Amino acid sequence: MRKFFKLLEERIFQGLMILATYGIAVVLFVIIISILIKGLPSLSWEMLSQTPKGGFYFGKEGGILNAIIGSLYLAFGSTLLALLIGLPVALYMNIHLLNRKKLVNTIRFLLDLLWGVPSIVYGAFGFSVMIFLGMRNSLLAGIITITLFIIPIMIRAIDEVLKSVPRGLLEASLSLGSTRSETAYRVFVKQCIPGIITAVLLAFGRGIGDAAAVLFTTGYTDYIPTSLSHPTASLPLAIFFQLSSPVPEVKDRAYASALVLTIIILVISILSRILSRRFQKTKINF
Amino acid sequence: MDNQTKIHIKNLNLHIGKQQILKDINVQIPKNKITVILGPSGCGKTTLLKSLNRLTDIYPDIKVEGSIEIDGQDILKVKKRDVTDIRKKMGLLSQRPYPLPMSIYKNITYGLKISGRRRKRFLNKRVEHYLKQASLWDEVKDRLKDPASALSIGQQQRLCLARGLAVDPEIILADEPTSALDPVSSQAIEEKFVELKERYTIVMVTHVLRQARRIADHVVFMYLGEVVEQGSAEEVFGNPKEERTKAYLRGAFN
Ligand SMILES: Nc1ncnc2c1ncn2[C@@H]1O[C@H](COP(=O)(O)OP(=O)(O)OP(=O)(O)O)[C@@H](O)[C@H]1O
Ligand SMILES: [Mg+2]
Repeated sequence: MRKFFKLLEERIFQGLMILATYGIAVVLFVIIISILIKGLPSLSWEMLSQTPKGGFYFGKEGGILNAIIGSLYLAFGSTLLALLIGLPVALYMNIHLLNRKKLVNTIRFLLDLLWGVPSIVYGAFGFSVMIFLGMRNSLLAGIITITLFIIPIMIRAIDEVLKSVPRGLLEASLSLGSTRSETAYRVFVKQCIPGIITAVLLAFGRGIGDAAAVLFTTGYTDYIPTSLSHPTASLPLAIFFQLSSPVPEVKDRAYASALVLTIIILVISILSRILSRRFQKTKINF
Repeated sequence: MDNQTKIHIKNLNLHIGKQQILKDINVQIPKNKITVILGPSGCGKTTLLKSLNRLTDIYPDIKVEGSIEIDGQDILKVKKRDVTDIRKKMGLLSQRPYPLPMSIYKNITYGLKISGRRRKRFLNKRVEHYLKQASLWDEVKDRLKDPASALSIGQQQRLCLARGLAVDPEIILADEPTSALDPVSSQAIEEKFVELKERYTIVMVTHVLRQARRIADHVVFMYLGEVVEQGSAEEVFGNPKEERTKAYLRGAFN
């Protein structure tokens, strides 16, 4: 009888896992298919290669090049900035502050809180700072706001990887006479590159896909920005505006834009996978 | 202090959290000799080696008291930012090998580059020299650019020895340096150590009694965080005074 229940339990949990796994796969599949079905027909070379025509950004003609370029600028700019700030912070927390467990755990807690704050709050914050400084909607304001929004993600994601580096590696490097900083940048970074790439990817994906952070800070324009102080378009907002149009053709273009956004993220993911695989070999598996 | 003593440990007490790991350690380690630390597993041998190198600094709950004089300088009093200078005097081979996440070649040059040696010809020569010293050269000479992660554990252990020698230390701290090696490679390393003591002071932990008998000049026997007996190899092996040492040498604790 006990055996029967054990078996039943095993079966139920196995069933649950299978259900969840396939469920997720199906949902993803449906999302991608629906974007493809609705987006592919309106996706044309014209959409990818031209800025909007007709002087109105959700017009029927022209393309969304302004939004594509704008989004790439925003995402690459903010990801780079977040990495440049986040990596040293994460390294510092894990190597220099080793003996300050309480402090580091407090920082982790705060970062997790910030990670959970919705991006619209960052958007509103960025907006109020902009007003205060007398800045206008611009690419720069967008980059800074997105950076603020993705920095907690970047730091915590890198932090989790650094945490898993064994103490022995730190001891080895220190006993060779290197300082903590040398150890951080020459040993820990090398050991963690695959994980750091994943963190960058995570941050990039959040940055490029977010509409709320840029809603108040970048403005929107038909043109491709040529300076950091220009307003800029972005794909999430393009989708948002196009989707809210009453004209069916414009609505369909929203799906084409969504498809473009999805493809960009897909391409970046694959590229980073390849890059990460390269470094996997030098990583020491303990 | 006589100038035959390289390291003089005085009244060393070490706590990890509330637990006392090292109890009132007093040890003199002679210069240009091989000092072997013996003792059953968990008695604090590794911890003692780590405190010689101030690696205890990176553990928040470790508290160290007493003094460790190296060439008359108390290294426990050295300021944080000067600790790297102390560590450069010592090459530590940890109990488990931790190769750096880079190529075999770069594992050796890492320490040299840190000290500002960058000339390619010089580095190439050093790499070859130290890999030979650790009797690893023949196995890896054709794949120096391969990641060190590809090496077997025993090869990694020898790589770490080569890497440790490459920074040109005065003292070698070796924590079971042959634990993952076959008898032939172990023998080679042992012979190397005997040869190296001309230039270095060697402190070695081992569980292999026969190895200790073969190469030890000086023996420190530890038990549960205390130094039970120490002295020249002949004394300790030939005529142990303490009951626990006798038992250990009979193989009672293993
Ligand atoms: N980081 C640590 N935190 C808590 N306790 C520790 C830590 N490192 C060592 N210890 C404890 O200190 C004691 C001595 O450990 P140590 O590693 O020095 O033993 P050992 O003599 O090297 O043993 P072995 O021969 O098995 O390597 C052990 O009881 C161990 O549990
Ligand atoms: Mg040990």
